[in-house]
Amino acid sequence: MKYVDEFREAGVIAKASEEIRRLADPGRHYRLMEVCGGHTHAIYRFGLKDLLPPNIELVHGPGCPVCVLPMGRIDDGLSMAEDPNVIFTAFGDMMRVPGTQGSPLEHKARGMDVRIVYSPTDALKLAHKNPGRHVMFFAIGFETTAPSTALILKRAKEQGLRNFSVFSNHVTIIPAIRAILDSPDMRLDAFIGPGHVSTVIGCRPYEWIARDQHRPIVVSGFEPVDILQSIVMILAQLKAGESKVENQYKRVVPWEGSRPALRAMAEVFELRPYFEWRGMGFISQSALKIRESYAPWDAEQRFQVPGVRVTDPKAAQCGEVLKGVLKPVQCKLFGKECTPERPVGALMVSSEGSCAAYYNYEHRKAAAFTSIGAPV
Amino acid sequence: MCLAIPAKIVELFPEEENRALVEVVGVRRHIDTGLLSDDPPKTGDWVLIHVGFAMSKISEAEALDQIQTLTMLGEQQAALEEVEGYGLGET
Repeated sequence: MKYVDEFREAGVIAKASEEIRRLADPGRHYRLMEVCGGHTHAIYRFGLKDLLPPNIELVHGPGCPVCVLPMGRIDDGLSMAEDPNVIFTAFGDMMRVPGTQGSPLEHKARGMDVRIVYSPTDALKLAHKNPGRHVMFFAIGFETTAPSTALILKRAKEQGLRNFSVFSNHVTIIPAIRAILDSPDMRLDAFIGPGHVSTVIGCRPYEWIARDQHRPIVVSGFEPVDILQSIVMILAQLKAGESKVENQYKRVVPWEGSRPALRAMAEVFELRPYFEWRGMGFISQSALKIRESYAPWDAEQRFQVPGVRVTDPKAAQCGEVLKGVLKPVQCKLFGKECTPERPVGALMVSSEGSCAAYYNYEHRKAAAFTSIGAPV
Repeated sequence: MCLAIPAKIVELFPEEENRALVEVVGVRRHIDTGLLSDDPPKTGDWVLIHVGFAMSKISEAEALDQIQTLTMLGEQQAALEEVEGYGLGET
């Protein structure tokens, strides 16, 4: 609440909160999923749950790219960098994510050449600066980040840069939402749609959720008032018995998305037949593979990839938490074996993961925000 | 990963069509504007940046709101660190 009190639009927030109470049927329990990890982070940080009536439950979705990356992919990426000629590059959030033999940072401590980059263009720059070495970029992210990776692959090809490759772990949000909706124990009423992913993909790709699954989805901004207004819009739809795609974040998100970003992605990437998501299992056509025309820059083609599979510990109930069947605290491992310092399950890995956010703000209320892999 | 950083375009480079110098809370770094190729930004425009790429053009009012959101989220330090890190930390 403290953060909300400081907010310049306290009056608007109070009004939105009142409107939510007016629209919500006291006899009904609402489960709304915020798909994006950035929203999860904002909801906890601003204490928005305190502004909602108890019958509105926010379920935290799969939109945290670090969380959903299977441990085996980290092992695969690190195995490529065992060659002393390879420079392993990744965003800062990846550095503390554990593989079976430790995180990239721990591999660095053991002598591997591991470097943080803040932009994929810098991985390309490193390749230019180190012509005798091979620079591999460990790419993660949803559609917000994938266009940037696509553009640097295009540049590498244009420049004929041969000592550079990308290990693509890019995933797409729509199949994950579909997997959640198809799950037999699914109990969601509506979705708060991701903000920045939608600047790229636009709002059309969500239309099937409203049309076929009869669930409202409202693309939302990240300010407290944005999230509350999105909840108002969802409740108004539910009250009227409607299900539509609406765009609360019009000032940033165009309905059609970003054509240059979509073009770059389409040129460089194709859909993998299936990809494993931590906590959710294999989801068909849910990830991006580098096209054959870019094979010389595809780390999976240039290196021997062991294809490591690490099964999530059976006791961890990440899948149930993701689908909203369980709250983070109801998982048997939460706060005991599984903490942000020693994550067992996917959702404890990054501060945008729902378990880590819950742990940091609710479970450890007074403590400082000591996240693993703060979001960039 | 989901947050984007508002930045103001301070210089464009005619010889390099995808490069722009931006300013974020006093820090100047080069970013890539290749994802805005259909409607390239001009000097003085505000953009949202993510991993060193301009993702969308926004109004100045929206930019100031976004800066406030980052501050409230406690992300301003991480955002600054990211921007300072662009270009391998070299100015």
